[in-house]
Amino acid sequence: MSEQHKRPGMRESASFDRDVIAEIQRAADTGIYDIRGFGAKRAVPHFDDLLFLGASMSRYPLEGYRERCATDVTLGTRYASQPLELDIPVTIAGMSFGSLSAQAKEALGRGASVVGTSTTTGDGGMTAEERGQSDKLVYQYLPSRYGMNPDDLRKADAIEVVLGQGAKPGGGGMLMGQKISDRVAEMRTLPKGVDQRSACRHPDWTGPDDLAIKIEELREITGGEKPIYIKIGATRTYYDVKLAVKAGADVVVLDGMQGGTAATQEVFIEHVGIPLLSALPQAVQALQELDMHRKVQLVVSGGIRSGADVAKAMALGADAVSIGTAALIALGCNHPRWEAEYRTLGTAAGFYDDYHEGRDPAGISTQDPALARRLDPEAGGRRLANYLRVLTMEAQTLARACGKSHLRNLEPQDLVALNVEAAAMARVPLAGTGWVPGVGA
Amino acid sequence: MKTISLAETPVRELNRQLQEQAAHFREPDWRITDPGGRHALAVGLDAPLNVTIDGHVGYYCAGMNQQAHVTINGMAGVGVAENMMSGSVRVRGNASQSAGATAHGGLLVVEGDASARCGIAMKGVDIVVGGSVGHLSAFMGQAGRLVVCGDAGEALGDSLYEVDIYVRGSVRSLGADCEEKSMGPEHRAALAELLEAAGMDHDPAGFRRYGSARALYNFRVDNAFAGYGEEEIES
Repeated sequence: MSEQHKRPGMRESASFDRDVIAEIQRAADTGIYDIRGFGAKRAVPHFDDLLFLGASMSRYPLEGYRERCATDVTLGTRYASQPLELDIPVTIAGMSFGSLSAQAKEALGRGASVVGTSTTTGDGGMTAEERGQSDKLVYQYLPSRYGMNPDDLRKADAIEVVLGQGAKPGGGGMLMGQKISDRVAEMRTLPKGVDQRSACRHPDWTGPDDLAIKIEELREITGGEKPIYIKIGATRTYYDVKLAVKAGADVVVLDGMQGGTAATQEVFIEHVGIPLLSALPQAVQALQELDMHRKVQLVVSGGIRSGADVAKAMALGADAVSIGTAALIALGCNHPRWEAEYRTLGTAAGFYDDYHEGRDPAGISTQDPALARRLDPEAGGRRLANYLRVLTMEAQTLARACGKSHLRNLEPQDLVALNVEAAAMARVPLAGTGWVPGVGA
Repeated sequence: MKTISLAETPVRELNRQLQEQAAHFREPDWRITDPGGRHALAVGLDAPLNVTIDGHVGYYCAGMNQQAHVTINGMAGVGVAENMMSGSVRVRGNASQSAGATAHGGLLVVEGDASARCGIAMKGVDIVVGGSVGHLSAFMGQAGRLVVCGDAGEALGDSLYEVDIYVRGSVRSLGADCEEKSMGPEHRAALAELLEAAGMDHDPAGFRRYGSARALYNFRVDNAFAGYGEEEIES
């Protein structure tokens, strides 16, 4: 919030600050809760609260640019006969055609394919554009089952059974009527113009025992070739991961509360779920107790922005990470070149989050043909590929500093925390001490 | 006619042989014996096969079916014919929860009763139930037709989009945004066709029709307190 109107003698309430007052006034005006996209905007303990212990006397570093530091990862080694082999451990998270334009989906596929990683469908089915441009495509199996069909299921390289996402664990998706084009409506078998409420729970199973049978069916239909992921929003992570393993997951995808969304209630985004930093160690603990760490791979998402985030997530035990919001920003979301148009929408570059309105000046979160044409899929793909390369190089730089010849060799012992909260959540020592709050005597 | 006993053949091998017919169609008629309540039988088929299963089946029998005609001479577990695209599935006995869930096309006939959530999120399939259906049937149904020759449980058609529901008996209650609709000649004709296809001998005039009130199609403050009707609706 701008400080420009603050003057001595004018004390702003900590409880009723200008954001709170504006929201009460908006609620009173409209009578409907605020819906928006993006992810949580409140500050929560995050990877920024961790630091790496670079090598010195007790550890031996690798040369920062030239020495080999491998980045490959294989997902789905538990059961699938054709696991997914990725060149880098940074994947593109599930985002729907409908919430995103076809051009944006194509650009994500192009960018991911160039650097040898996967992209993911979303709540709306598989488009020809993204299948055509994605060398490795994960097909989401969602509660709504919009556009779900066995032909596309067989075309996929992996299947992700979605139980929830970090932005709204326990909630279904939303796609507002203004984004329902003829094509989106047809793919989802819904009337044009209605506000779509995606289901929040699967229609034909109700618990982990049923899910195990559902996964058995998916394997029967696809001949056991494809890795089966289970995606969960971060809440009761320790138990959810154990149950996902029991249900037969090849891969667990864990999405922290900072994860983005195309549209949901603001109150949901900011008040449900737990930060990735606090969920990741729970997931690793659950896998270790089952002797499944590194056998069932762990992919984490929710606020991954930099190579430092990638490296820290992997040091805490993830096998790979997934990015959504950051990928859209790489494509051009919230870019200053559209500042004048953001202003006409009552916002500004860097603040735009009304993805649900379908008026995205950058042509990404829209179904308006004129706006969508602004995004050149080839150029967008190049920008995304550049960004993915930077994430990877940054993570390699940090790993080499810690003496690791492979990103997967990063370990919790390479990390310390800057504050007590982060130390307790990440289960690493407070910097300069040996103290891990909540662990041991 | 090819006969496979599941007392001798693993489910994976059965499904492999049936699915292989999509690429190399050689044998149209199949009889499966000794199903023993096993799950995921005859799933992912994509050929004009006639598959008869003698006995009770577990979850997801004939799931994601395309083109095939599957008859179950017994009871069916959860999610029979889930996400069916085309073809038909007939259950001679009763079906458990979520029969025909999210199915896009084809015809599902349950000669006995179907449990809760029959036709949940259906997307174009036709479902005919000879007996009664449980609560939340056609929940979030998007397209298609559900015919219930017996009674319907609570919250029928909750959060419905565009599904035509025909019920011959009583409806315990309607779900949010589901209402009774008028029954015109075109509806009676469509219902008569469905009943004939399903082999059910009932007079269409004895049914009532339900569909979406379309009041929840857009988010409005007035929808915040939408709920179920309280009273039982007698036919």
